[in-house]
Amino acid sequence: MNKFVREAKLWLIAIPILLWTLLPIYHIFLFSISTKDSAFSGALWPAKPTLHNFVVVFRQEHFYLHHFWEQIWNSLWIAVAVGVLTLAVATCAAFAISRLKVRGGRIVMNAALFTYFIPAAFLAVPMYKAMGTYGLLNSRWSLVLAMVTLASPYAIWVLKQASDKLPWELDEAARIDGATPLQLFRLVYVPLMMPSLVAIGTYALILAWNEYLYAFLLLSHENTIPLAVGLGHFLASDDSPWELLMATALVYALPPAAIYYAFRRYMVGGLTAGAVKA
Amino acid sequence: MAAIAIPHPAPAPRRRLSPWQTWGVIMLAPYILVFLVFVVYPVTYGLWLARHPQSYQTLFEDPVFFRTVVNTIVFLLVAVNLKFMLALFLSGFFVHERRWIRWLSVIFIIPWAVPAIPTIFSIRFMLNPEWGIVNSLIFRLTGLDGPNWLNDPTLGLSMAMLVHIWKALPFWTLILMAGRLAIPREQYEAASVDGASAWQKFKYVTWPSIRTLYLTSTLLSMIWTLGDFNSVYLLTGGGPADLTHVLATLGIRYIRLDQVDQAMATIVVALPFVLPLVYFMMKRLSVDE
Repeated sequence: MNKFVREAKLWLIAIPILLWTLLPIYHIFLFSISTKDSAFSGALWPAKPTLHNFVVVFRQEHFYLHHFWEQIWNSLWIAVAVGVLTLAVATCAAFAISRLKVRGGRIVMNAALFTYFIPAAFLAVPMYKAMGTYGLLNSRWSLVLAMVTLASPYAIWVLKQASDKLPWELDEAARIDGATPLQLFRLVYVPLMMPSLVAIGTYALILAWNEYLYAFLLLSHENTIPLAVGLGHFLASDDSPWELLMATALVYALPPAAIYYAFRRYMVGGLTAGAVKA
Repeated sequence: MAAIAIPHPAPAPRRRLSPWQTWGVIMLAPYILVFLVFVVYPVTYGLWLARHPQSYQTLFEDPVFFRTVVNTIVFLLVAVNLKFMLALFLSGFFVHERRWIRWLSVIFIIPWAVPAIPTIFSIRFMLNPEWGIVNSLIFRLTGLDGPNWLNDPTLGLSMAMLVHIWKALPFWTLILMAGRLAIPREQYEAASVDGASAWQKFKYVTWPSIRTLYLTSTLLSMIWTLGDFNSVYLLTGGGPADLTHVLATLGIRYIRLDQVDQAMATIVVALPFVLPLVYFMMKRLSVDE
């Protein structure tokens, strides 16, 4: 009996959690398979579920969707570029700080942490201004570089922590065998760090794909904006096609969610490892 | 986080710069470059733009500004603390070892795993006074018209806080969960033997172990919440009548109005609050060799 009460209590907590978590998500799904009339009627399930909205989205058959594929491409391009660049910059930095014990590494680490803790929206204002000076506004590179700046501090921090855990004997052995630092990096360090590298690459990629604020500040030309900004444009007028907006939003939200769940094994460990000991 | 007694390399015989140091500098260079070009220069330039006392005078005279400061403080105190109390409670729920709870935790993480815009827009329409699902449910259940959620400053800001909590709760629950899981089981077993109640176990075993983590996380979350632009902008757009702005959205609003000096001033005003927190966090998390 006691056991039964205990289980019932757990379920009593579980049900609100489930509703709270899924309601907004379900609402997106509901709209994306509803006609406009049905969506606006407040029904919890459409009388006639339809995939028509997705057809309209994929065929770009609405004013707000004329650049849909181009925007997806931009999002993808930016996300991949940010993932690759962040990985390159952060792996090298973590290797230099943690394994080569480069002088001044500690200062650089602190500089990175400082960037990590500054609220993103606060850095956005000076970043916008600086990108203007560099003449990069409206180029996809401005967003890529901004996102690399935002993603690398955390990347370096996580990679440095993972890197510190590798046995020092490996480096010793490599040195004795006459390996150059580059050989140590390529043949020993990168292979051993692979799980962390996958996690960090994914982290940077998703961060860039999901970003809205920087994207909408730095890019405004129709053919450079990523899908995130394109979605924002839907609300420019009072009678927005919400059913199309939600269908597009679903298409936009699926890739990062899928990637997140595919790499969850790597992500969760890497993310929480540092925090607990803090 | 201690660097588990990694023996430092024997000091190289004093030549100019060992190839290892040279390569170290080369490999550190890309990040240093990124930091100089995209952090140091922008921040310096921004601070220089914010040097005119006039900007602050205009800012303080802007009626929107005062309201924004109040909103920001309310947002930080209420949303962050509520979020952490919930996270503390839920982390206690999720550490139960059941297969279905593990599955639930996988679902629970969704808000954090998906981008902000789709879900915030979704909530925005749910709160639509005429067609939204919330008011239609209220009407169906009570026969009354629900409130105009986003057209009332207090309700609007509350909903923005709710959106923020919805989005950020899973992450902090995970963090606190990891903290709880790090507590040795024996402590709970010993407490059980002594006949401790659930509350006593929390008070004498759990809380002392995760208190530091809880407080550090709360502070960190406060800094980051200060930069939460999406929850307010995508839900209310700062409206109605610019009454639900927070500092993050106000700064961007000035940019959109092409008043960059003003935007920078808005941020500088928050620095006396932000910088000590950032300093504190860096002390806590920085490299401790």
